[in-house]
Formats: sequence, C-alpha cells, structure tokens
Amino acid sequence: MRCTVTGFLFALATATAQGQRTPEGKPDFSGMYDIASLTPLVRPAQFGTRLEMTDAEAEALAKKVAATVAADSRASDPDRKAPAAGGDIGSYNQLWFDRGTQATRIGGKWRTSILTDPPDGRLPELTPEGKAIAARNALRNRTPGEPFWIKENLKPGPFDDPELRPLTERCLGTFGTSAGPPMLPAGYNNLKQIVQTKDRILILNEMIHDVRIVRMNAEHDPPDMRRWFGDSVGRWEGDTLVVDTTNFNDTPGLFSASRNLHIVERFTRIDANTLSYKFTVEDPTVWTRPWSGEVVWPRTTQRLYEYACHEGNYSFMGILKGARLLETEALRKTPE
Amino acid sequence: MTRLLLTGGLLLSLPDVSAQVRLPRLPNGRPDFNGVWQAASSAHFDIERHMARHSLMLRDGPHGPLPAQQTLALGAVGAVPGGMGIVEGGRIPYKPEALKLRDENRQHWIERDPEVKCYLPGIPRANYMPFPFEIMQNATQFFFAYEYAGAHRDVLFKDPGPAETDSWMGQAVGKWEGDTLVIENTGFNGQTWFDRAGNHHSSQLKVVERLKLMTPYHIQYEATITDPEVFTGPWKIALPLYRRMEKDARIMDFRCVEFVEELIYGEHRRNPLKR
Repeated sequence: MRCTVTGFLFALATATAQGQRTPEGKPDFSGMYDIASLTPLVRPAQFGTRLEMTDAEAEALAKKVAATVAADSRASDPDRKAPAAGGDIGSYNQLWFDRGTQATRIGGKWRTSILTDPPDGRLPELTPEGKAIAARNALRNRTPGEPFWIKENLKPGPFDDPELRPLTERCLGTFGTSAGPPMLPAGYNNLKQIVQTKDRILILNEMIHDVRIVRMNAEHDPPDMRRWFGDSVGRWEGDTLVVDTTNFNDTPGLFSASRNLHIVERFTRIDANTLSYKFTVEDPTVWTRPWSGEVVWPRTTQRLYEYACHEGNYSFMGILKGARLLETEALRKTPE
Repeated sequence: MTRLLLTGGLLLSLPDVSAQVRLPRLPNGRPDFNGVWQAASSAHFDIERHMARHSLMLRDGPHGPLPAQQTLALGAVGAVPGGMGIVEGGRIPYKPEALKLRDENRQHWIERDPEVKCYLPGIPRANYMPFPFEIMQNATQFFFAYEYAGAHRDVLFKDPGPAETDSWMGQAVGKWEGDTLVIENTGFNGQTWFDRAGNHHSSQLKVVERLKLMTPYHIQYEATITDPEVFTGPWKIALPLYRRMEKDARIMDFRCVEFVEELIYGEHRRNPLKR
C-alpha cells in the first residue's frame, strides 16, 4: 500500500518536473517560446572543432554583445553627415534587434554553434549545383552603389523582378532559418507559439506571421503539391515529436536549398519550461552531405503581437524603384 | 419559467437540433471546435441583403448599371450573386457621412478594397471569406488559422486590458458562457472592411462574437458590432459556419502576397509587362 502511494507520488512529482501532458498522454508543448540565442548556426573560427565553450568564453560573448547593444543604443548625432554614396549604410538601430543575451546552453554546457554535424560546426561542402545557386543568391545581397548588373551583363540582373528577390524582402516568408524548417534563432522576432491538439501541431512563427500546421500521423502530399515552406507531417516516437518536411517549391528560403530539401525536426522536453529542438537537413542537390544541429526553446511569458509585413512593405517598392533609378542614371552617363 | 413554456412550443415547431445531437467535447467538457470550417454564403460580396448585380464594380450605362471598365473582362465571373445578407434587419445603421463613404468605396472598389491587395482581413470579415479556416483548440488555447493570407488569431483567455497597439486582426479576448465561446475583439487599425461592397468601420470598431457549436457539423456564428464613429448604434450579424467534410480536410497555402506583386510592383520591373 505504502509502496503504491510512494510510487504514485513519485510519478506525480516526475510529471510536474517534466511538465504537463495532454489528455492523450503526450507531452504538452503548447505555449509561447522565445528562442533568441547568441550561439550562431556556424561555429566561429576561434572555437576550432570545439562544440562547447567555457563559462569564461560564454561570459565574454555575452559581455561583448551587451557592450555593442549599449554603444549602439546611444542617441544618434543629429549633425552626422550622410554616408558616402555607394557606401555601407549599416543596418537597423539596436532598438529593432533582439538577439538574446546569452549563448545556448545544453546539459549545462555552452554551445559554440547550433551545428552539431558536421563535427567541425560548419555547413557541408556544396555540390557544383549548390555552388551555382549560392553564387546566384549572393548577387541578391550585393549592395548596389552602382548597377553592377549592367556592367557585368547579368541576365537577369538580381534586381530585375520581384520574383528574384529574397522571400523576406517580399514579405512572402521570413528568413529561411527563422520560419524554417529548421526554425532557428534570428536577430529579432524570435517568438514561436505552439498550439497542440490530438491531430495537429501548429507552430506560429512571429516573424512575417508564418503559420505552420503539422498534420499528425498523416501522409505527405503528392509530389506535385509544393509549398514555400514545405509540407510537414508529424508522429510521436515515445515522448519525442518528430516532424518530417518535404514538398518544397523550387527555391525555398533556406540558404541555397532546392526542391529536394528534406528536413526532420525532433522536439523533446528537457524540463517543464524548455524544449530541445534538433534537426537534420538534407538536400543532395545542394549539399554533399546532411547537416544537423540543436537549439533549445525556452518558454516565455511574453506576448506575441501582430506582424503585418506586406501591408507596410514600402521598402520593397524602394528597392525596385532604386534599381531602376540606378539604371537610368547609368544610361544617362554613357549614352548608347 | 418563460423558457420552460417556450421550449414546449419551440420543440413542436423548430426542432432544436443541438438537443438531439451529441456534440463532440474535449476531455475538459468544452464543446470541441477543432476542425476546418467555412461559411457558405454571399456575405463576402456584401453583408447586407442584396440582389445579384452586374459586377463587383459598376458604372452608369444607358439603361442602368454596367460593369466598370476594370472588372468588365471578368464577365459573369465578376458578377455578384445575390444574398439575403447576414445583417440583422438587412441594413447597417450608418451615420449619413459614413454611408456616403460606403457608396464611394463601392464606386472605387478595386482601388480601395484591402482584399484586392492581399492585406490582412480583420474581424469579422475573415470568418466568412470564401476560404476555409481551421480552429485549433485545447484545454487552454483557441486559435484560428485562416487560409486567406495566412491570417491568424489567438484568443486570449486572460484579459490583458486595452490593446497596447492597433492591428489588422485586433486583440481577441475570450470567455466561455456555458457552451458558447464569447470573443471580444478590439484594438483594430480601422483599415479593414466588412466585405467587397465597401462596408467599412473605424479604429473604434468593437466586435463581440458568439460561437456556438450546434451540431458536430455546424457552428452558429453571431457578432455584435459597435463603432460610435461610423454607426448610429450597435448592430448584429449572424450566419452558420459549416464543417468541411472532406477526408483529411485542411487549409491550403494562400500566400496571396505573391499573387499581388505584379499588381503592386509590376510597373517597377526592369522590363515591365504591357499594362
């Protein structure tokens, strides 16, 4: 009798430490998470082949970021001069960033990179086709002080049409590594909301409001049904939620990935307030081998506010009009 | 007492289906709204009662209204089917100047309707657009995922007080009144419409929705709308929402941002298509 009671109490205590379960007995992941982290996807060279950093290194990183934030948070000089034409105009003010304040810590150890495989913490070598896609994509991010695409006779030029711009600029979807999959920390808007039911796991990505609906115990769509962020189906392996995503469009948002992109994500509970998020990416068209990584998703009490991107996308108009202006000016200088 | 007396009479004339059908329920006893739902009405064209008309946008013709130039090519596809409307009493109680703006909106529909530009639809419009939406409900959460534009709504069950910022979809605060989910929506930015007929509101809009599961297959949806800037008093809309019965029913991707790029940015291509 006593044994049974103790056993019951132990089970209860364990359940509490491990967090709630759904009526179906599955771990209940429902809630809001803030996945901001200072640990980058790719390992900085200074850490070599080390997956973990020391407490001192983690503290130094946190301090360095805090100092940068403090420095950039000072009021701007009202008498500052305009940047040189074609020069680097920098990025947003710190106000807009929310990178988090510390590195990712898993099992008490600070991580140097999200990537755990390849063991060197770097993305695997690209295939020849992957290199071609990456080179094409890199052109999109070249800051055009001048219409280089005319001089270099690029056809099409990277600013010719809306369809050639990154998904984020178009407000079509967010950075490939924020909405994912894989869903990884970004510079800001790092909230993720999970709504779990018996048949569905919904994951709302704050940035550009991407709603992912994972259909549980379902088959993938036929291969001719393709989406920007793929088709996600899920299953439980014990207490681990495994999400399998395929059926991507020809040009998914994730780096230089192709339509053959395939991602497996694994969500498990570390404790009542923390999820472990592991993922493996494979795309034999683009990468010579699969790559994998791990981050944690800590629960947060923060609220998620509406992210209406397209409705106020004045910059995209500016990007295209700016490119046209550069072309017009270039033609005026060198009449044909 | 009155209710008891009435029940007898109603049962004879109007069978109360909810009393006969066993509703799906969550383990916590709440009605289970999980699933894919869609309105089957012409409310997305015009929430007021209306006869069918030539087109979404009209101009004067020699013998009455004809399709406007911008919608002419659509032919019958661009015509508006009639409907008895979802507004209680048939007409929205506009203030005179607001009614003038509605009529003007209708004349300039294609330039002014936020749906044409794939903007977030707001509430209540999202619920009766010609797209399905999915409700995800568990013991603590109630979440609407709309197919149109990837719009969504998370119902808060702890009232955070007045919305801290205006938004397209507003702030939704929910509470259960028996089996009815009551959602109070505020914090709108005033830029959304009710339909494709120019019906509008300001940022003072407040929408109190009542969702009641009548059978496993339909929800009775009602909303009381107030906006002292635009209307002379509160008014009500009501319509059923039906469960999508297809095997493996789901909402699809409708990222219409992509579909309006040519409309919004097309003229700024390096080689614009002929317009």
